[in-house]
Amino acid sequence: MSVTLAAPVVDVQELSRRFGDFTAVDRLSFAVPRNEVFGLIGPNGAGKTTTIKMLTTLLAATSGRAMVAGYEISAQPAEVRRRIGYVPQLISADAAVTGYENLWVVAGLYGIPRTERQLRIREALEHVGLQAFADELVRNYSGGMIRRLEIASALLHRPEVLFLDEPTVGLDPVAREAVWEQILELQRTYGTAILLTTHYMEEADRLCARIGVLHRGRLVAVGSPAELKARLGRPGVTLQDVFMHFAGEEVELTGSYRETGRTRRVAARLE
Amino acid sequence: MPPASSNVALGRPGGRALEGLTALGQIATIVGYEARKLRHDPSELLLRAIQPALWLVVFGSALSEIHAIPTAPLSYLQYLTPGILAQSVLFIAIFYGIAAIRERELGIIIKFLVSPARRTILVGGRALSASLRGLSQALVVLLLATALSVHLDLTPLTVLGVVVTVVLGSALFSTLSMVIASLVKTQERFLGIGQLLTMPLFFASNAIYPLKIMPPWLRPFALVNPLTYLVDALRNLVLPAGSGLTIFPLALDLGVLLGTTLGLILLAAQLYPRMAQ
Repeated sequence: MSVTLAAPVVDVQELSRRFGDFTAVDRLSFAVPRNEVFGLIGPNGAGKTTTIKMLTTLLAATSGRAMVAGYEISAQPAEVRRRIGYVPQLISADAAVTGYENLWVVAGLYGIPRTERQLRIREALEHVGLQAFADELVRNYSGGMIRRLEIASALLHRPEVLFLDEPTVGLDPVAREAVWEQILELQRTYGTAILLTTHYMEEADRLCARIGVLHRGRLVAVGSPAELKARLGRPGVTLQDVFMHFAGEEVELTGSYRETGRTRRVAARLE
Repeated sequence: MPPASSNVALGRPGGRALEGLTALGQIATIVGYEARKLRHDPSELLLRAIQPALWLVVFGSALSEIHAIPTAPLSYLQYLTPGILAQSVLFIAIFYGIAAIRERELGIIIKFLVSPARRTILVGGRALSASLRGLSQALVVLLLATALSVHLDLTPLTVLGVVVTVVLGSALFSTLSMVIASLVKTQERFLGIGQLLTMPLFFASNAIYPLKIMPPWLRPFALVNPLTYLVDALRNLVLPAGSGLTIFPLALDLGVLLGTTLGLILLAAQLYPRMAQ
């Protein structure tokens, strides 16, 4: 048991993904120990979502390998899926059914025994403060409530690692604060490893023990927020400065039409 | 948090029996989920009931009057009813893929694809879910036929046969629909192809006229058209025995439907994961 506890829960080695001539993720290597919140930051189009999709087995890697929760992503994807939770940037909650029913289908897909199902769902909803809205259709939820429901859904089968892709995109400051609290609380209670992506520097600073800066598919810096700030070698540095330093001046120029459209649609739906 | 393996039935070593049981549970979950959705919003089912009503009441009655289509010894309405039943199953199932595209655009599809359920189970579960809609159509058509006093051979056994056949037909065309959805990925293109497919499938079949009055060049198409076998199976079941208006034995019809459905499920299981990329 001590051996598995010592091994990182996510171990990425030289992972790459190309789409035709375009290299979205370029020989990425990093590791996330158990109990850690690790953040991938970078401008739109830096390869954050592509990385998460590979680690959650939704997208095949072009080359390289990655162990997630003890299994290699391309060799044993089903074993990986059994042990991870994923809250995508898009909205995975179904607006046409209730919060309870959203979790009910997930419980069934993960093979949670029928006898435990109801209890587990009630617990999960209580944990994110949604027990009073269990039988309400999700289309009547606020954006923050939807995100919290999705986090509850991703945790229902008690995963070893939770992937959060832009967890607070499109949320107002109050809802964002509530989601942050939820993530920190979850981390304190269960010690689940979390790998999140964000382009909000405040979010990375607040939640992450360590941060990897992605730029054009490459990991250009890894370290704790304090270490990264210290690397710039001048006082009063914020994570925003770190980000600008590594990601450079083209931050504003990236982000395709399609991506922008998606982000705005998510934002509109969460409002 | 304890490791997943101690909590999730799937993680326990238990061999094939447990795996099969889990797969059945996952299919039941997917079908149950569809049932809950339909319960929250049954409007589609009600709207879909209008078209078969028009076909039977207007088209069927008019053509019965003029005796244009040779269906002796049965009345044209008797002959037509299984055809319209099959047609309404086709029409509701062939657009099922639009739900998959909508789920892809919203992101809901990720919830399914990131779960440990096998891809064949996800697709097969969706195919069976689609049959809930098909069965509601079957109920409407059979009630209409009864209201129009169309004589059909409805015994508990033939009704059970109709249920099995409608489930198979719905699964077949909804899986075909998911294959198309996985390939085209956008609603606009999907609707275009859906429209393009339904009419040829419908007219190049035995749904509203016997193959023998069809132009000879069209007949080979009718014989590779799964709708023909769906219609023929239903005629085998509900038309009085010995009418001579069926083409194949019931077992052959059901065999073709089952084989085609399984083939399409395997194909769709390959393509469906592309929806999350």
